[in-house]
Amino acid sequence: MPDTVTGTGTRRRTVLDAGSAAPVRPEAREAWLAALDDGWADPRRLHAEGRAARLLLDAARERVAEVLAARPDDVFFPPHHAAAAHSAVMGLAAARPVGAPVVTTAVEHSAVLHAASWLERTGGRPHVEVGVDALGHLDHEQFKSALPGAAVAAVQHANGEIGTVQPLDDVASAATAAGVPLIVDAGVSLGFLPAPRAGDALVGNPRAWGSVPGVGLLVLRPGTRWRPHGPGEAEGAHRRPGEAAGEVDVPAAVAAAVSLAAAEAQRDETSRRLTELVTRVRACAGSLPDVEVAGDPEGRAPHVVTFSVLYLPGEMLVQALDAEGFAVTSGSACTADTLRPSHVLAAVGGLTHGNVRLVLPAAVRRDEVEAFCVALPRVVTRLRAELGVDEL
Amino acid sequence: MTDDPSDTEVVVEARHTRCPVPVLRAARAARALPPGTEILVLATDPATALDMPAWARMRGHTVMAVDEQSDGEVRVRVRLLG
Repeated sequence: MPDTVTGTGTRRRTVLDAGSAAPVRPEAREAWLAALDDGWADPRRLHAEGRAARLLLDAARERVAEVLAARPDDVFFPPHHAAAAHSAVMGLAAARPVGAPVVTTAVEHSAVLHAASWLERTGGRPHVEVGVDALGHLDHEQFKSALPGAAVAAVQHANGEIGTVQPLDDVASAATAAGVPLIVDAGVSLGFLPAPRAGDALVGNPRAWGSVPGVGLLVLRPGTRWRPHGPGEAEGAHRRPGEAAGEVDVPAAVAAAVSLAAAEAQRDETSRRLTELVTRVRACAGSLPDVEVAGDPEGRAPHVVTFSVLYLPGEMLVQALDAEGFAVTSGSACTADTLRPSHVLAAVGGLTHGNVRLVLPAAVRRDEVEAFCVALPRVVTRLRAELGVDEL
Repeated sequence: MTDDPSDTEVVVEARHTRCPVPVLRAARAARALPPGTEILVLATDPATALDMPAWARMRGHTVMAVDEQSDGEVRVRVRLLG
């Protein structure tokens, strides 16, 4: 990670919070800068500049399609991951009978849950949340029994807080058997785990694999019925889910495609390395007194780990670790600006206070993770002593 | 539990505090109480309904009831290990 100049001089920063936004990969940056020069124009225009942008956009769709075993025409670039998730849930539901429920797991990304609860409030579609076990795996029997008559089901590939991977093949078989279209949210996993083939719609988050802001990713598999749920999303052969009136950030789409291909080319190595580093964090955090590590230790995303420290507010841990040079986040809600703690920790019955979440960027180094494992016990011990909770 | 829970229960007042204070107060109270005692934690922070059971699991105590009332008050009854 680059050094950062602070008021007191140069200090090393270690980013261990690459979930909703990761440090930008060099390939993404280069592709983005080049596309700002060559693809700045509106790709809907007929002039040479517009056609150049159109060519770059088409190439980006082709590149993504290749990685995801999709057709280029089925690849869409909504403005961000949340928009992609919304468009998937609302557009697939809109093609289904009125009043049919939306089925999700209890640990889906908030964008999926927000779309489902929005449809419940405004669209008369009940939202059925399928529970998970203590490691975060969905309750398959509950899932299967929720499917008959459902409008759509949404299940994530891997969880962004605890890392747990869902059994997508079983999930997809059950959905197919019930005739219910399935959305797979691969927002956490693309670039880190083999891209899922299961499902009728696939949602991705380019920022999580190190691309620039500007686009999310949505893939509709052939034959998937999708109806517009917002203005400008044409239907039929011209459907543009999430791309209102065909408006796409072309340089961001190019960067997303190039960096996905780059991440995919290095995926085996990245995955092996990060799996090992997360194993190290799980061990060093888990060895501290009264610290619980959440999620499946085996079937998990390579780069995601979270743990909770009994008796400490998560926000205090985040600030103390930040002062030590580590950027981490928390699913706790012990401060005034957030009222509800992480729905994922709640669903797995985990401790919601004292929570620390790490999502390792692909380029993280072993010595950075080792330094974190040295700082963590010191920070936990100091804060517990300061709060007078070390004897409890 | 007897018919009159106030005889055997120790009430831990933690309303209008934020996490992890309700769990902290429960832990402090538990330290001074004999095994088998029931404590009733009163709180308004919604995390209490999740964190008291997690704490009880980590400490071997038994959660008897978790009530989330419509006014936002959370009541958690725990029997201490013993």
